Amino acid sequence: MKILVTVKRVSDPEAKLKIKPDGLWIQTEGVKFVVNPFDEIAVEEALRIKEKQTGEVVVVSVGDKVVTEQIRAALAMGADRGIFVNYAGSYDSYDIANILAKIVEQEKPDIIILGKQAVDDDMGQAGFMLAELLGYPQAAFASKVEITDDKKKAKVTREIDGGLEVKEVELPCIITADLRLNTPRYASLPNIMKAKQKPVKELTVESLGVAVKPRVTVKKLSEPPKRKGGVKVESVQDLVSKLKTEAKVI
Amino acid sequence: MKQFKGTDFYILDDLLTEEERLTRQSVRDFVDREFMPKIQQSFRDARFPMEVVPSLGRLGVFGAQINGYGCSKVSNIAYGIMMQELERGDSGLRSFASVQSSLAMTAIHEYGSEEQKNHWLPELASAKKIGCFGLTESDFGSNPAGMRTTATQDGKYYVMNGSKMWITNGSVADVAVVWAKTKKDDPKSIKGFLVEKGTRGFSSKDIHNKLSMRASVTSELSFDECKIPEDSILPHSGGLKSPLTCLMHARYSIAWGAIGAAMACYEEALDYAKERVQFSRPIAGYQLVQERLVWMLSEITKAQLLAWRMGKMQDNESLKHYHVSLAKMNNVKIALEIARACRDILGANGITDEYQCMRHMNNLESVYTYEGTNNIHTLVLGEHITGIKAFE
Repeated sequence: MKILVTVKRVSDPEAKLKIKPDGLWIQTEGVKFVVNPFDEIAVEEALRIKEKQTGEVVVVSVGDKVVTEQIRAALAMGADRGIFVNYAGSYDSYDIANILAKIVEQEKPDIIILGKQAVDDDMGQAGFMLAELLGYPQAAFASKVEITDDKKKAKVTREIDGGLEVKEVELPCIITADLRLNTPRYASLPNIMKAKQKPVKELTVESLGVAVKPRVTVKKLSEPPKRKGGVKVESVQDLVSKLKTEAKVI
Repeated sequence: MKQFKGTDFYILDDLLTEEERLTRQSVRDFVDREFMPKIQQSFRDARFPMEVVPSLGRLGVFGAQINGYGCSKVSNIAYGIMMQELERGDSGLRSFASVQSSLAMTAIHEYGSEEQKNHWLPELASAKKIGCFGLTESDFGSNPAGMRTTATQDGKYYVMNGSKMWITNGSVADVAVVWAKTKKDDPKSIKGFLVEKGTRGFSSKDIHNKLSMRASVTSELSFDECKIPEDSILPHSGGLKSPLTCLMHARYSIAWGAIGAAMACYEEALDYAKERVQFSRPIAGYQLVQERLVWMLSEITKAQLLAWRMGKMQDNESLKHYHVSLAKMNNVKIALEIARACRDILGANGITDEYQCMRHMNNLESVYTYEGTNNIHTLVLGEHITGIKAFE
C-alpha cells in the first residue's frame, strides 16, 4: 500500500509572532519552524497503516529549500522517501491542490493523507480541492482510520457535532487528519541518522506543468485586539444591570 | 507548569545541523510528555521513575555516541544536546543517561573485548540491561588512586574485596563496571571488571534521606570475597587513566546537561517575574530583578557557546581533559547560581515543589560535587596553566 502524505512548514504554534511592517505576513527572524502539527498526525497515521499493511510512505512538501527540513523530520519519523517541490513564490490552497494532483498522477498512491488544515493560515481547503480535482472520494477530519480486509476501502470515523460519523470510502481516497487521530511518535535517534540517507526527489512546478496563479491573496494581517481588564462590581444588582445594559446577555 | 521553550538568545540554532535539531526535538518531546508529569511525585517519593527507561531505550538515547553495537552514532553535539534536554527535566534523569552511556557503555566500548562489547552494548543501548560505574569509595572521592578495593587473581577467577560509594543506579544495575587494584597499593594495577548482579559476594544498598538527586538511585556496592570469572576483566583497561577517560565523557555530558537545568530555572523565573505583582507592578519591572534575569541570560548564552565549541573540538579530536574541566566547572557553577537566583526571585513560592527551581538547585549541589568537584577542576586547570600540581 502506497501512502502519500503532505507536510507543511509552519511557524511554531508556541512562538510569539509579530507582523511584518508591510502587514502582509509575519516576521520570520528568530522564529522556530516546525511540521504543521496536523500533518505530523497525518504522517503518524500513514506510518501506522504501513506497519499493518506493508508498503511505502512518501512525504511531499512545497516551498523553498528550507522545507526540506520538515521533509527530513517526517523521514526521521519513519517515512520512506520525500518529494520536494521547489517553489519560492506565493500560492493559495488551489495552487497546492493542483501541484498535489500532479504528484498523485505520477505516484499513484492508494491513500493520500493531509493535515485537516495548516496552523499558520488555517485555510483548511487543500484536501477538499485535491479530492475534487482528482475525482477521489474524501473523508475529512478523521479521528480513526481502518483499512478493510480486502484493502479496497477505508473506514473513517469523524468527529461531528454531538457525536461520531463513520464513513466508508473506496481507495484511492483522500483523508484529512484531525487532532485526536493519534499521538505522533518521537523520531528515534537511529531513525534521525537514517533519514539522512533517504532519497528526496526535487521537482519544480514547471516540471509538473502547473502554472501557479494564486486567486486568493493576503491583504492585511492584524493582531487580535488587546483584552480590556475586567471590573469588580459592588453588588448583585450592579452585576445584573451590567449584564443587561453592557454585556446584553440577559 | 508552562511549556518549555528553550533559551536561544544568540540564535545558536543556526550552528546546529538538521539532525541535531531533530534530536533535540525528539528528546524535548519525550521529556515533556513522559517525564515532566512524573517528576514532582518521584522527587517527593525519592524514586527514579524506572518506567520511562524503555522509552529512552527506544528513542536511542543510550550510548548514542557509539558507532555500531546497536547504538545510534549521533554527532558529539547531538549527544550533548540530548543531555541538555534530559537535565532540563531533572538532573537525576540526565545522571541515569550519563552513567549508562558515558560511563558504563564507554568503559565497555573503550576497554572491553569484542565478546564483551557484542554481549553488553546492544543490551545496554536498548535499555534491556542497566549499567553502573563504581570508582568512588567512601574515603576516596577526589583521590581515586588511593582506592582500597582489590581484585586478586586466583586461578580462573578474580577475588574482589572492598566497597564503592555514591554509585548512581547501583542497586538497579544488571552489570557494574567496577575499578579495583589487582595489586595492593599499586594504582598502576587498576583494572576494570564487569560484575553482574547476583554474583555471590556482591551486594548493594541504597543511600537514603538525600536532600538532592531524590529522583535518582544512589547506592553503595560491597564486595566480600566476590569471585568473578577471569573473562570479566576489561582487557584493555590499565591504570587510573582508564576510568578517568570515561569520566571525561561523563563530564562532557554534564557540561551540556547543566545548561538544561539553568534554562528551565531561567524560564520559570522570567515568567514568574512578569506575572508577580508587588507594590504597583510586576517584579520584572524592578531593576534588581532585571539585573538578575539579564545576568542569567548572559551566563546561559556563554555556557551554550562553550558547550558547542567543546563538541566541535571533540569532533576533530582536539578536546583535552582540561578543556572539559573548564566547561564542567563553569557550566555547573553558573547553573547552580542561576537556580539559587531563580529561587530568590520566586520568593516563598520558590521553596515549594510546585515550581522547579529549588529541585534543580538541590540537584545541582550534587552535580557541583560529583565527577570532579569544582575545586578539583580548578586545580586541574591550575596545574595546566602553571605546570605546578597543587592538589597533592
